[in-house]
Amino acid sequence: MTSLAVSDHQAETATPAKVIQPVWVRMVHWINAVAMILMIMSGWQIYNASPLFGFSFSSNITLGGWLGGALLWHFAAMWLLMVNGLIYLALGFATGRFRRKLLPITPAGVISDTRAALTFKLSHDDLSKYNSVQKLLYTGIIVVGVVIVLSGLSMWKPVQLHWLVSLFGGYDIARYVHFTCMALIVAFLVIHVALALLVPKSLRAMIIGR
Amino acid sequence: MGRLRKLLIPGVDKKLLVRDAVKTMPELTRRRFITAGTSLGALTLLTGCDVVDSSSAEELLKKVSKFNDAVQAWMFNPDALAPTFPESMITKPFPFNAYYGLDEAPEIAGADWKLEVRGLVDNKKSWTLDELYKLPQVKQVTRHICVEGWSAIGSWTGTPLRDFLKLVGADTHAKYVWFQCADKDGYNSPLDMRTALHPQTQMTFKFGDEILPRAYGFPMKIRVPTKLGFKNPKYVLSMEVTNDYKGGYWEDQGYNSFSGS
Repeated sequence: MTSLAVSDHQAETATPAKVIQPVWVRMVHWINAVAMILMIMSGWQIYNASPLFGFSFSSNITLGGWLGGALLWHFAAMWLLMVNGLIYLALGFATGRFRRKLLPITPAGVISDTRAALTFKLSHDDLSKYNSVQKLLYTGIIVVGVVIVLSGLSMWKPVQLHWLVSLFGGYDIARYVHFTCMALIVAFLVIHVALALLVPKSLRAMIIGR
Repeated sequence: MGRLRKLLIPGVDKKLLVRDAVKTMPELTRRRFITAGTSLGALTLLTGCDVVDSSSAEELLKKVSKFNDAVQAWMFNPDALAPTFPESMITKPFPFNAYYGLDEAPEIAGADWKLEVRGLVDNKKSWTLDELYKLPQVKQVTRHICVEGWSAIGSWTGTPLRDFLKLVGADTHAKYVWFQCADKDGYNSPLDMRTALHPQTQMTFKFGDEILPRAYGFPMKIRVPTKLGFKNPKYVLSMEVTNDYKGGYWEDQGYNSFSGS
Protein backbone atom coordinates (compact mmCIF):
# COMPACT_ATOMS: atom_id res chain seq x y z
CA MET A 1 0.00 0.00 0.00
CA THR A 2 2.80 2.41 0.86
CA SER A 3 5.45 1.20 -1.56
CA LEU A 4 5.09 1.09 -5.31
CA ALA A 5 7.99 -1.27 -5.74
CA VAL A 6 6.51 -4.46 -4.51
CA SER A 7 7.93 -7.89 -5.04
CA ASP A 8 5.95 -10.61 -6.80
CA HIS A 9 5.20 -12.27 -3.50
CA GLN A 10 3.84 -9.07 -1.99
CA ALA A 11 1.79 -8.34 -5.08
CA GLU A 12 0.14 -11.70 -4.72
CA THR A 13 -0.96 -11.08 -1.15
CA ALA A 14 -1.97 -7.49 -1.91
CA THR A 15 -4.63 -8.52 -4.44
CA PRO A 16 -7.95 -8.92 -2.66
CA ALA A 17 -8.21 -12.48 -1.38
CA LYS A 18 -11.25 -14.34 -2.64
CA VAL A 19 -14.32 -14.19 -0.46
CA ILE A 20 -14.66 -17.46 1.43
CA GLN A 21 -17.89 -16.66 3.26
CA PRO A 22 -20.30 -14.33 1.40
CA VAL A 23 -21.93 -11.62 3.46
CA TRP A 24 -25.35 -13.32 3.60
CA VAL A 25 -23.78 -16.47 5.05
CA ARG A 26 -21.97 -14.46 7.71
CA MET A 27 -25.14 -12.58 8.63
CA VAL A 28 -27.38 -15.64 8.99
CA HIS A 29 -24.56 -17.47 10.78
CA TRP A 30 -24.25 -14.92 13.59
CA ILE A 31 -27.98 -14.27 13.87
CA ASN A 32 -28.41 -18.03 14.14
CA ALA A 33 -25.70 -18.18 16.81
CA VAL A 34 -27.55 -15.64 18.98
CA ALA A 35 -30.96 -17.26 18.36
CA MET A 36 -29.64 -20.76 19.12
CA ILE A 37 -28.01 -19.70 22.38
CA LEU A 38 -31.20 -17.90 23.50
CA MET A 39 -33.30 -20.94 22.53
CA ILE A 40 -30.99 -23.42 24.28
CA MET A 41 -30.62 -21.44 27.51
CA SER A 42 -34.34 -20.65 27.80
CA GLY A 43 -35.10 -24.24 26.76
CA TRP A 44 -33.03 -25.55 29.68
CA GLN A 45 -35.11 -23.42 32.08
CA ILE A 46 -38.32 -24.80 30.53
CA TYR A 47 -36.91 -28.35 30.81
CA ASN A 48 -36.34 -27.77 34.54
CA ALA A 49 -40.09 -27.29 35.10
CA SER A 50 -40.66 -30.96 34.27
CA PRO A 51 -37.36 -32.79 33.68
CA LEU A 52 -37.38 -35.76 31.30
CA PHE A 53 -34.32 -37.27 32.98
CA GLY A 54 -32.91 -37.38 36.51
CA PHE A 55 -31.15 -34.02 36.32
CA SER A 56 -31.83 -30.30 36.02
CA PHE A 57 -29.79 -27.51 34.47
CA SER A 58 -28.06 -25.11 36.85
CA SER A 59 -29.80 -21.73 37.04
CA ASN A 60 -26.42 -20.14 36.24
CA ILE A 61 -26.71 -21.30 32.65
CA THR A 62 -30.46 -20.86 32.08
CA LEU A 63 -32.35 -17.86 30.76
CA GLY A 64 -35.61 -16.36 31.98
CA GLY A 65 -35.37 -16.75 35.76
CA TRP A 66 -38.50 -18.92 35.98
CA LEU A 67 -40.73 -20.97 33.65
CA GLY A 68 -42.86 -17.98 32.57
CA GLY A 69 -39.83 -15.82 31.79
CA ALA A 70 -38.12 -18.65 29.93
CA LEU A 71 -41.23 -19.25 27.82
CA LEU A 72 -41.33 -15.55 26.87
CA TRP A 73 -37.71 -15.77 25.70
CA HIS A 74 -38.21 -19.12 23.95
CA PHE A 75 -41.30 -18.00 22.02
CA ALA A 76 -39.65 -14.69 21.06
CA ALA A 77 -36.30 -16.15 19.96
CA MET A 78 -38.14 -18.84 17.98
CA TRP A 79 -39.15 -16.19 15.41
CA LEU A 80 -35.53 -15.11 15.01
CA LEU A 81 -34.46 -18.75 14.64
CA MET A 82 -37.23 -19.69 12.19
CA VAL A 83 -37.17 -16.63 9.94
CA ASN A 84 -33.37 -16.61 9.84
CA GLY A 85 -33.32 -20.39 9.26
CA LEU A 86 -35.80 -20.14 6.38
CA ILE A 87 -33.72 -17.39 4.74
CA TYR A 88 -30.63 -19.60 5.10
CA LEU A 89 -32.35 -22.63 3.58
CA ALA A 90 -33.86 -20.61 0.73
CA LEU A 91 -30.56 -18.92 -0.17
CA GLY A 92 -28.60 -22.13 0.38
CA PHE A 93 -30.67 -23.88 -2.26
CA ALA A 94 -31.17 -20.88 -4.56
CA THR A 95 -27.49 -19.92 -4.78
CA GLY A 96 -26.40 -23.54 -5.18
CA ARG A 97 -24.24 -23.21 -2.06
CA PHE A 98 -25.58 -26.41 -0.49
CA ARG A 99 -24.94 -28.43 -3.67
CA ARG A 100 -21.53 -26.90 -4.22
CA LYS A 101 -20.23 -26.98 -0.66
CA LEU A 102 -21.94 -29.94 0.98
CA LEU A 103 -22.13 -32.53 -1.80
CA PRO A 104 -21.03 -35.17 -2.49
CA ILE A 105 -20.57 -36.92 0.84
CA THR A 106 -19.03 -40.38 0.44
CA PRO A 107 -18.43 -42.90 3.26
CA ALA A 108 -14.85 -43.45 2.02
CA GLY A 109 -14.16 -39.71 2.09
CA VAL A 110 -15.61 -39.36 5.60
CA ILE A 111 -13.50 -42.27 6.90
CA SER A 112 -10.22 -41.06 5.37
CA ASP A 113 -10.81 -37.42 6.43
CA THR A 114 -11.79 -38.46 9.97
CA ARG A 115 -8.56 -40.45 10.20
CA ALA A 116 -6.60 -37.49 8.87
CA ALA A 117 -8.32 -35.12 11.31
CA LEU A 118 -7.60 -37.31 14.33
CA THR A 119 -3.90 -37.51 13.41
CA PHE A 120 -3.83 -33.73 12.74
CA LYS A 121 -2.97 -34.32 9.08
CA LEU A 122 -6.11 -32.74 7.63
CA SER A 123 -5.30 -29.80 5.37
CA HIS A 124 -7.01 -26.44 5.95
CA ASP A 125 -5.17 -24.62 3.16
CA ASP A 126 -8.28 -23.95 1.10
CA LEU A 127 -11.07 -22.85 3.46
CA SER A 128 -13.50 -22.47 0.56
CA LYS A 129 -13.62 -26.27 0.22
CA TYR A 130 -15.12 -28.32 3.00
CA ASN A 131 -13.56 -31.68 3.83
CA SER A 132 -15.78 -34.73 4.14
CA VAL A 133 -16.10 -34.48 7.93
CA GLN A 134 -17.23 -30.86 7.62
CA LYS A 135 -19.69 -31.78 4.86
CA LEU A 136 -21.19 -34.51 7.02
CA LEU A 137 -21.39 -32.38 10.18
CA TYR A 138 -22.79 -29.29 8.43
CA THR A 139 -25.39 -31.29 6.49
CA GLY A 140 -26.25 -33.23 9.65
CA ILE A 141 -26.71 -30.11 11.76
CA ILE A 142 -29.01 -28.55 9.13
CA VAL A 143 -31.19 -31.67 9.32
CA VAL A 144 -31.12 -31.55 13.14
CA GLY A 145 -32.07 -27.85 12.97
CA VAL A 146 -35.09 -28.65 10.82
CA VAL A 147 -36.15 -31.52 13.13
CA ILE A 148 -35.79 -29.42 16.32
CA VAL A 149 -38.03 -26.71 14.80
CA LEU A 150 -40.64 -29.24 13.64
CA SER A 151 -40.69 -31.09 16.98
CA GLY A 152 -40.90 -27.73 18.77
CA LEU A 153 -43.83 -26.63 16.60
CA SER A 154 -45.61 -29.93 17.29
CA MET A 155 -45.26 -29.38 21.05
CA TRP A 156 -46.38 -25.76 20.74
CA LYS A 157 -49.50 -26.63 18.69
CA PRO A 158 -50.32 -30.29 19.39
CA VAL A 159 -53.99 -29.80 18.41
CA GLN A 160 -53.73 -27.45 15.42
CA LEU A 161 -50.72 -29.40 14.08
CA HIS A 162 -51.78 -32.85 15.32
CA TRP A 163 -50.58 -34.45 12.06
CA LEU A 164 -47.09 -33.22 12.89
CA VAL A 165 -47.35 -34.75 16.38
CA SER A 166 -48.41 -38.05 14.77
CA LEU A 167 -45.37 -37.85 12.50
CA PHE A 168 -43.18 -37.90 15.61
CA GLY A 169 -45.20 -40.74 17.14
CA GLY A 170 -47.02 -38.73 19.79
CA TYR A 171 -46.64 -35.73 22.07
CA ASP A 172 -44.37 -37.42 24.62
CA ILE A 173 -42.00 -38.76 21.95
CA ALA A 174 -41.83 -35.29 20.36
CA ARG A 175 -40.47 -33.97 23.70
CA TYR A 176 -37.65 -36.54 23.64
CA VAL A 177 -36.93 -35.78 19.98
CA HIS A 178 -36.75 -32.05 20.81
CA PHE A 179 -34.37 -32.73 23.72
CA THR A 180 -32.18 -35.09 21.66
CA CYS A 181 -31.84 -32.50 18.90
CA MET A 182 -30.81 -29.91 21.51
CA ALA A 183 -28.15 -32.31 22.83
CA LEU A 184 -26.84 -32.88 19.29
CA ILE A 185 -26.70 -29.14 18.64
CA VAL A 186 -24.81 -28.54 21.90
CA ALA A 187 -22.37 -31.34 21.00
CA PHE A 188 -21.94 -29.81 17.54
CA LEU A 189 -21.42 -26.39 19.11
CA VAL A 190 -18.61 -27.68 21.35
CA ILE A 191 -16.76 -29.30 18.41
CA HIS A 192 -17.51 -26.38 16.09
CA VAL A 193 -16.17 -23.73 18.50
CA ALA A 194 -13.13 -25.86 19.44
CA LEU A 195 -12.20 -26.35 15.79
CA ALA A 196 -12.78 -22.69 14.94
CA LEU A 197 -10.31 -21.80 17.70
CA LEU A 198 -7.82 -24.41 16.44
CA VAL A 199 -8.04 -22.93 12.92
CA PRO A 200 -8.47 -19.20 13.66
CA LYS A 201 -8.46 -18.18 10.00
CA SER A 202 -11.78 -20.03 9.61
CA LEU A 203 -13.20 -17.84 12.37
CA ARG A 204 -11.79 -14.76 10.65
CA ALA A 205 -13.45 -15.84 7.40
CA MET A 206 -16.80 -16.06 9.17
CA ILE A 207 -16.35 -12.54 10.52
CA ILE A 208 -14.74 -10.53 7.69
CA GLY A 209 -15.37 -12.98 4.86
CA ARG A 210 -11.72 -13.64 3.93
CA MET B 1 -30.54 5.10 28.71
CA GLY B 2 -30.19 8.81 28.07
CA ARG B 3 -33.49 9.37 29.82
CA LEU B 4 -32.28 7.39 32.84
CA ARG B 5 -28.97 9.25 32.99
CA LYS B 6 -30.82 12.57 33.15
CA LEU B 7 -32.72 11.33 36.17
CA LEU B 8 -29.55 10.59 38.11
CA ILE B 9 -28.47 13.19 40.61
CA PRO B 10 -24.71 13.73 40.93
CA GLY B 11 -23.35 12.33 44.17
CA VAL B 12 -26.20 9.85 44.60
CA ASP B 13 -25.11 6.20 44.65
CA LYS B 14 -26.83 4.53 41.71
CA LYS B 15 -27.00 1.13 43.39
CA LEU B 16 -28.59 2.52 46.55
CA LEU B 17 -31.05 4.49 44.44
CA VAL B 18 -32.13 1.37 42.56
CA ARG B 19 -32.40 -0.59 45.81
CA ASP B 20 -34.67 2.07 47.32
CA ALA B 21 -36.76 2.24 44.16
CA VAL B 22 -37.20 -1.53 44.15
CA LYS B 23 -38.41 -1.39 47.77
CA THR B 24 -41.24 0.95 46.79
CA MET B 25 -42.57 -1.49 44.19
CA PRO B 26 -45.47 -3.79 45.04
CA GLU B 27 -44.48 -7.38 45.76
CA LEU B 28 -45.42 -8.91 42.39
CA THR B 29 -43.77 -6.21 40.27
CA ARG B 30 -40.69 -6.57 42.41
CA ARG B 31 -40.44 -10.28 41.77
CA ARG B 32 -40.83 -9.84 38.02
CA PHE B 33 -38.33 -7.00 37.93
CA ILE B 34 -35.74 -9.14 39.68
CA THR B 35 -36.53 -12.11 37.48
CA ALA B 36 -35.98 -10.08 34.35
CA GLY B 37 -32.80 -8.75 35.91
CA THR B 38 -31.46 -12.26 36.32
CA SER B 39 -32.21 -13.18 32.74
CA LEU B 40 -30.61 -10.00 31.48
CA GLY B 41 -27.62 -10.72 33.64
CA ALA B 42 -27.22 -13.96 31.76
CA LEU B 43 -27.65 -12.18 28.44
CA THR B 44 -25.06 -9.56 29.39
CA LEU B 45 -22.53 -12.28 30.19
CA LEU B 46 -23.33 -13.89 26.91
CA THR B 47 -22.92 -10.98 24.55
CA GLY B 48 -20.63 -8.72 26.52
CA CYS B 49 -23.13 -5.92 25.87
CA ASP B 50 -24.09 -3.48 28.56
CA VAL B 51 -27.78 -4.30 28.82
CA VAL B 52 -28.88 -2.29 31.83
CA ASP B 53 -32.36 -1.17 30.87
CA SER B 54 -33.99 -4.46 31.86
CA SER B 55 -37.52 -3.08 31.82
CA SER B 56 -37.31 -2.31 28.10
CA ALA B 57 -36.30 -5.93 27.38
CA GLU B 58 -39.27 -7.09 29.43
CA GLU B 59 -41.54 -4.74 27.50
CA LEU B 60 -40.22 -6.15 24.22
CA LEU B 61 -40.83 -9.74 25.38
CA LYS B 62 -44.39 -8.78 26.40
CA LYS B 63 -45.00 -7.26 22.97
CA VAL B 64 -43.78 -10.44 21.26
CA SER B 65 -46.10 -12.44 23.55
CA LYS B 66 -49.04 -10.26 22.42
CA PHE B 67 -47.97 -10.83 18.82
CA ASN B 68 -47.93 -14.57 19.59
CA ASP B 69 -51.51 -14.26 20.91
CA ALA B 70 -52.53 -12.87 17.51
CA VAL B 71 -50.61 -15.57 15.59
CA GLN B 72 -52.23 -18.30 17.67
CA ALA B 73 -55.72 -16.82 17.21
CA TRP B 74 -55.03 -16.82 13.48
CA MET B 75 -53.82 -20.46 13.60
CA PHE B 76 -56.79 -21.55 15.72
CA ASN B 77 -59.18 -23.65 13.66
CA PRO B 78 -62.60 -23.73 15.40
CA ASP B 79 -63.36 -27.07 13.73
CA ALA B 80 -60.06 -28.81 14.53
CA LEU B 81 -60.73 -31.31 17.28
CA ALA B 82 -58.20 -32.29 19.93
CA PRO B 83 -57.22 -35.95 19.41
CA THR B 84 -59.26 -38.39 21.50
CA PHE B 85 -57.98 -41.62 23.01
CA PRO B 86 -59.37 -45.01 24.08
CA GLU B 87 -60.22 -45.29 27.80
CA SER B 88 -57.41 -47.83 28.18
CA MET B 89 -54.93 -45.00 27.66
CA ILE B 90 -56.19 -42.86 30.58
CA THR B 91 -53.31 -41.88 32.89
CA LYS B 92 -53.68 -43.52 36.32
CA PRO B 93 -53.47 -41.93 38.77
CA PHE B 94 -54.26 -38.67 37.01
CA PRO B 95 -52.01 -36.03 38.61
CA PHE B 96 -53.34 -33.34 40.96
CA ASN B 97 -51.69 -30.08 39.96
CA ALA B 98 -52.03 -26.54 41.30
CA TYR B 99 -49.98 -23.71 42.76
CA TYR B 100 -50.89 -25.06 46.23
CA GLY B 101 -51.01 -28.45 47.93
CA LEU B 102 -54.02 -30.78 47.81
CA ASP B 103 -54.81 -30.01 51.48
CA GLU B 104 -55.23 -26.34 50.47
CA ALA B 105 -57.61 -27.12 47.58
CA PRO B 106 -61.03 -25.45 47.93
CA GLU B 107 -63.63 -27.50 49.78
CA ILE B 108 -66.97 -26.55 48.31
CA ALA B 109 -70.33 -27.79 49.63
CA GLY B 110 -72.24 -28.77 46.48
CA ALA B 111 -75.66 -28.07 48.02
CA ASP B 112 -74.77 -24.42 48.80
CA TRP B 113 -72.84 -23.72 45.61
CA LYS B 114 -74.32 -21.72 42.75
CA LEU B 115 -72.77 -20.81 39.42
CA GLU B 116 -73.04 -17.07 38.93
CA VAL B 117 -73.57 -15.90 35.31
CA ARG B 118 -72.76 -12.27 34.59
CA GLY B 119 -72.06 -9.78 31.82
CA LEU B 120 -73.40 -9.82 28.26
CA VAL B 121 -76.08 -12.51 28.74
CA ASP B 122 -79.89 -12.33 28.53
CA ASN B 123 -80.49 -14.53 31.57
CA LYS B 124 -78.33 -13.71 34.58
CA LYS B 125 -79.88 -16.35 36.85
CA SER B 126 -77.52 -18.36 39.06
CA TRP B 127 -77.47 -22.12 38.58
CA THR B 128 -77.54 -24.80 41.27
CA LEU B 129 -75.60 -28.01 40.78
CA ASP B 130 -78.83 -30.03 40.45
CA GLU B 131 -80.01 -27.73 37.64
CA LEU B 132 -76.69 -28.02 35.82
CA TYR B 133 -76.64 -31.84 36.20
CA LYS B 134 -79.94 -31.98 34.24
CA LEU B 135 -78.33 -30.49 31.10
CA PRO B 136 -77.26 -32.94 28.35
CA GLN B 137 -73.72 -34.20 28.90
CA VAL B 138 -71.02 -35.67 26.69
CA LYS B 139 -67.79 -37.50 27.53
CA GLN B 140 -64.32 -36.82 26.12
CA VAL B 141 -61.01 -38.67 26.62
CA THR B 142 -58.36 -36.11 25.73
CA ARG B 143 -54.81 -35.14 26.59
CA HIS B 144 -54.25 -32.49 29.24
CA ILE B 145 -50.99 -30.68 28.43
CA CYS B 146 -49.34 -28.68 31.19
CA VAL B 147 -47.35 -25.50 30.53
CA GLU B 148 -44.50 -27.30 32.33
CA GLY B 149 -44.29 -29.84 29.52
CA TRP B 150 -45.80 -32.99 31.06
CA SER B 151 -49.11 -34.33 29.86
CA ALA B 152 -51.75 -36.81 31.01
CA ILE B 153 -54.81 -38.37 29.38
CA GLY B 154 -58.08 -38.05 31.28
CA SER B 155 -61.81 -38.66 30.89
CA TRP B 156 -64.11 -35.68 31.39
CA THR B 157 -67.90 -35.58 31.19
CA GLY B 158 -70.11 -32.51 31.10
CA THR B 159 -72.07 -29.98 29.08
CA PRO B 160 -70.49 -28.28 26.07
CA LEU B 161 -69.93 -24.66 27.10
CA ARG B 162 -71.32 -23.41 23.78
CA ASP B 163 -74.68 -25.11 24.51
CA PHE B 164 -74.82 -23.40 27.90
CA LEU B 165 -73.85 -20.03 26.42
CA LYS B 166 -76.73 -20.38 23.92
CA LEU B 167 -79.08 -21.41 26.72
CA VAL B 168 -78.37 -18.27 28.77
CA GLY B 169 -78.51 -16.04 25.68
CA ALA B 170 -74.88 -14.99 25.76
CA ASP B 171 -73.59 -12.44 23.25
CA THR B 172 -71.30 -14.82 21.34
CA HIS B 173 -69.77 -11.86 19.51
CA ALA B 174 -68.24 -10.69 22.79
CA LYS B 175 -64.50 -11.24 23.10
CA TYR B 176 -64.14 -13.28 26.26
CA VAL B 177 -65.72 -15.53 28.82
CA TRP B 178 -63.97 -14.69 32.09
CA PHE B 179 -63.97 -17.27 34.87
CA GLN B 180 -63.51 -16.61 38.57
CA CYS B 181 -62.68 -19.52 40.85
CA ALA B 182 -62.46 -20.46 44.53
CA ASP B 183 -58.72 -21.28 44.55
CA LYS B 184 -56.75 -19.47 47.25
CA ASP B 185 -55.37 -16.11 46.10
CA GLY B 186 -58.27 -15.87 43.64
CA TYR B 187 -57.53 -17.76 40.44
CA ASN B 188 -59.24 -16.30 37.39
CA SER B 189 -58.70 -16.64 33.65
CA PRO B 190 -60.05 -15.21 30.40
CA LEU B 191 -61.10 -17.55 27.58
CA ASP B 192 -61.38 -16.13 24.06
CA MET B 193 -64.91 -16.54 22.64
CA ARG B 194 -63.89 -18.68 19.66
CA THR B 195 -62.32 -21.20 22.03
CA ALA B 196 -65.33 -20.97 24.37
CA LEU B 197 -67.51 -21.98 21.39
CA HIS B 198 -65.22 -24.88 20.36
CA PRO B 199 -67.21 -28.14 20.37
CA GLN B 200 -64.89 -29.79 22.93
CA THR B 201 -64.85 -26.92 25.44
CA GLN B 202 -66.83 -28.33 28.31
CA MET B 203 -68.40 -27.46 31.68
CA THR B 204 -67.14 -30.58 33.41
CA PHE B 205 -69.00 -32.35 36.20
CA LYS B 206 -67.43 -35.81 36.10
CA PHE B 207 -63.95 -37.25 35.90
CA GLY B 208 -63.66 -40.92 34.88
CA ASP B 209 -67.48 -41.33 35.11
CA GLU B 210 -67.46 -40.29 38.80
CA ILE B 211 -68.63 -36.94 40.21
CA LEU B 212 -65.67 -34.58 39.86
CA PRO B 213 -63.53 -35.10 42.99
CA ARG B 214 -62.17 -32.20 45.04
CA ALA B 215 -58.68 -32.75 43.60
CA TYR B 216 -59.86 -32.08 40.05
CA GLY B 217 -62.09 -29.07 40.72
CA PHE B 218 -65.44 -30.01 42.40
CA PRO B 219 -68.10 -28.91 41.72
CA MET B 220 -67.27 -27.69 38.21
CA LYS B 221 -64.22 -27.25 36.03
CA ILE B 222 -63.93 -25.95 32.50
CA ARG B 223 -62.19 -28.50 30.32
CA VAL B 224 -60.51 -26.85 27.32
CA PRO B 225 -58.51 -29.45 25.38
CA THR B 226 -57.33 -26.78 22.93
CA LYS B 227 -55.55 -24.86 25.71
CA LEU B 228 -52.69 -25.54 28.11
CA GLY B 229 -53.73 -26.89 31.51
CA PHE B 230 -53.44 -23.59 33.40
CA LYS B 231 -56.25 -22.23 31.21
CA ASN B 232 -58.61 -25.00 32.39
CA PRO B 233 -60.30 -23.36 35.43
CA LYS B 234 -61.31 -25.55 38.40
CA TYR B 235 -63.64 -24.79 41.38
CA VAL B 236 -65.51 -22.32 39.14
CA LEU B 237 -67.66 -19.74 40.96
CA SER B 238 -68.73 -17.45 38.14
CA MET B 239 -68.50 -16.80 34.44
CA GLU B 240 -68.76 -13.38 32.84
CA VAL B 241 -69.29 -12.70 29.14
CA THR B 242 -67.32 -9.55 28.41
CA ASN B 243 -65.50 -7.48 25.81
CA ASP B 244 -62.89 -6.40 28.36
CA TYR B 245 -59.61 -8.18 28.88
CA LYS B 246 -59.67 -8.70 32.64
CA GLY B 247 -56.40 -10.57 32.97
CA GLY B 248 -55.81 -13.84 34.77
CA TYR B 249 -53.89 -15.34 37.69
CA TRP B 250 -51.12 -16.83 35.53
CA GLU B 251 -51.52 -14.56 32.53
CA ASP B 252 -50.70 -11.51 34.70
CA GLN B 253 -47.48 -13.18 35.84
CA GLY B 254 -46.26 -13.64 32.30
CA TYR B 255 -47.68 -16.87 30.88
CA ASN B 256 -48.83 -16.29 27.31
CA SER B 257 -52.51 -15.36 27.41
CA PHE B 258 -53.74 -17.36 24.41
CA SER B 259 -51.71 -20.47 25.27
CA GLY B 260 -53.54 -22.55 22.70
CA SER B 261 -52.56 -26.10 21.83
